[in-house]
Amino acid sequence: MSTTTTRGVAKGRATTETPQVRKRRGVRGRTLNFWLFTGPFLIGLAVFVYIPIGWSAYLSFFEARYTVTPSTFVGFDNFTYMLTNEKFTDSLVTFTVFAAFIVPVTWAFSLGLALMVHRLRFMRAFFRSVFFLPTAVSFVAASLIWKMSIFSGVRFGLANTVLSWFGIENVAWLANPNPPWYWLVIITVRLWLQAGFYMILFLAALQNIPPELYEAAAIDGAKPGWQTFWYITLPQLRATSTAVILLLLVAAYQAFDEFFNLLAKTTWGRPPLVELYYTALGENQDYGAGSAGAMILTVLICCVTMLQGKFMGFGRGEESK
Amino acid sequence: MSAMSNTNWDRRNVLRAAMGLAATGGLAACGGNTGRSGGSGEALVQYFHAYGEAGTEQAIKRYAAAYDKARVTTQWITGTNFESKLFSALLTKNAPDMFEFHPQIQMIKSGQVADLSDIMEPVKDDFNPADIASHTIDGKIWGVRMIDDPQFFYYRKSMLEDAGVEPPTTLDELVEAAAKLTTDKVKGVFLGNSITPVMNPLIWSTGANTLTDKNEIAYHTDEVAAGLKKLRTMFKDGHLLLDAPADWWDPSAITQGLVAIQWCGMWAMPVIQKALGDDVGIIPFPTSADGGKPAVTNGGWSMFVNAKSKNVDLAKEYVKWLWIDQKKYQEDWSLSYGFHIPPRTSLAESATKLKTGLPAEGVKLFNEFGHFDNPAWTQAMIVALESVIADTVRKGGDPEAALDKADKIVNRELKKLFG
Repeated sequence: MSTTTTRGVAKGRATTETPQVRKRRGVRGRTLNFWLFTGPFLIGLAVFVYIPIGWSAYLSFFEARYTVTPSTFVGFDNFTYMLTNEKFTDSLVTFTVFAAFIVPVTWAFSLGLALMVHRLRFMRAFFRSVFFLPTAVSFVAASLIWKMSIFSGVRFGLANTVLSWFGIENVAWLANPNPPWYWLVIITVRLWLQAGFYMILFLAALQNIPPELYEAAAIDGAKPGWQTFWYITLPQLRATSTAVILLLLVAAYQAFDEFFNLLAKTTWGRPPLVELYYTALGENQDYGAGSAGAMILTVLICCVTMLQGKFMGFGRGEESK
Repeated sequence: MSAMSNTNWDRRNVLRAAMGLAATGGLAACGGNTGRSGGSGEALVQYFHAYGEAGTEQAIKRYAAAYDKARVTTQWITGTNFESKLFSALLTKNAPDMFEFHPQIQMIKSGQVADLSDIMEPVKDDFNPADIASHTIDGKIWGVRMIDDPQFFYYRKSMLEDAGVEPPTTLDELVEAAAKLTTDKVKGVFLGNSITPVMNPLIWSTGANTLTDKNEIAYHTDEVAAGLKKLRTMFKDGHLLLDAPADWWDPSAITQGLVAIQWCGMWAMPVIQKALGDDVGIIPFPTSADGGKPAVTNGGWSMFVNAKSKNVDLAKEYVKWLWIDQKKYQEDWSLSYGFHIPPRTSLAESATKLKTGLPAEGVKLFNEFGHFDNPAWTQAMIVALESVIADTVRKGGDPEAALDKADKIVNRELKKLFG
């Protein structure tokens, strides 16, 4: 009731004022409110994202060792150094290998988990929680468990104990790069940690598939199982699958903790972020070269993201559904 | 929104005020919790890596609490990468005022550590001359040595006897012993999970060195390359303990019977003796080439003052108070937890715990075969040779090629430091 009154009053007042003045006041009020609401966030964004990026770009043109306020301008020296640095280019290969394994494996595994949990008739909530729980564990803690108890090289490590039942000799999972068993350790720890989260995404998508589709398929003679899965379930999950693959790629790119904690003093198995960490914060503290590497990576990521958008059609709205 | 009533304005004002408060509150929170008391200037922060022996953290905090001119907070840095945590902290405003590390010239060249000559000069003669030498650069003394830590091999006497093996005196004998001592339950030798701790002893035991007196590369010799191949043999044949849950600085591998011979430090001696009694002996890293002699790494830790600290003088005063004046605490720190050799001659002479038995043998190895820190051998060079170990011993690559690769990095570093 009061709303109507106020609106009436406001309208009455508006007619008495000149439209121009009212408009200007409105815009100013809106601008103020805009800054008021977005301000704190924008300040945070500027301080923690844009200034560091800008600073990093600035550092990449300087000789910056043991300092972040350098004075010697070196042009593109840092870029040529990083691009010809075998370690840096190797790290890009490492990342590619890692992504080529972890993305499809996690996709398939979490989809499998979701399908199983989806079909459960009882204790569904229990299993959903059980599979989701590892998501809450920190990468560092999980890496230490993997390194020190499951894949430790001594005879009482879990993996070696199991192998010894079959008469297979102890394996040095992480120390010995031939054969590269360390990939098994790295892939399994990440799989265990993240599969549950993507399982939840797939579960939600599965529950959204209308049952009528399955009924219609059954009437048309589709066999339950593989055929139904291939022609009904999988196409219906396309949007979710695309999103999951994108998220997995981003997560794989950000991988740091498990590599850093599992592989000590190696010259292999270093994805770009670990390599840059050692360049910038390790024994050299070469912030110039580190920043140049970060810039190169940024350009690469932009290119890959654009290509991906083009091929997978993510974010194109209706089409991707 | 077309409505502009008074009630609405009130609500907005309240909201604005609240937002404003929230924003300022958020900003004020930045930089609040730095672990220092605000502005009194009486607080100091020190960084220590996490010592493994029980009671060490409490001891360092107890000494700090006894100092009455400043409130000293200790950051006990756990994990395996103390260097990178320290190095990155030193660039920030929350950098420690004092920290422990090893003498390295790049920290002095880049102005990260303060000159401690004035507090060291009066007591210089009471320190091990080798420690004074390793901390003296351009005629100034930059750090106060707290402890000297020789590193050598511990071996299980009973296991060697059962296998009919004498304590090895050459690298070839070590390779042979490793093969004979390896059973399905016990591995022959533990050189650390990354094998890197024996890189320098290997170089020294061939008769070579990391750098020459003129700061040129001295490690790149045929004998070192041959030594790397011998380490590779042990690695490849499965005679080394690898991926142990506790790394080489922890005596667990030998005390739990996982291995017959382990590279470790003097600090672990009390624990090892307690666990194994008389069933343990020590030997230096064996001779690796004709003309070489056995080698021991004389590591250790020194106290440095951050040159960019706001309280350089107070920090220096604290370092002087604890590590120069308080002999009682220095003795406690050297002998009550792990065993360390006191760098102070007067303390080393009165350290009865190091006078007999195995500890006395450790001191003998330290004096006879020990190699002290070379401040010109910086972290970047250390890492370059760690990569050599990774590429050759662990990956099976050609030692010559790996050493060539390291040469490039070391030369780049030497050029930056010495021109």
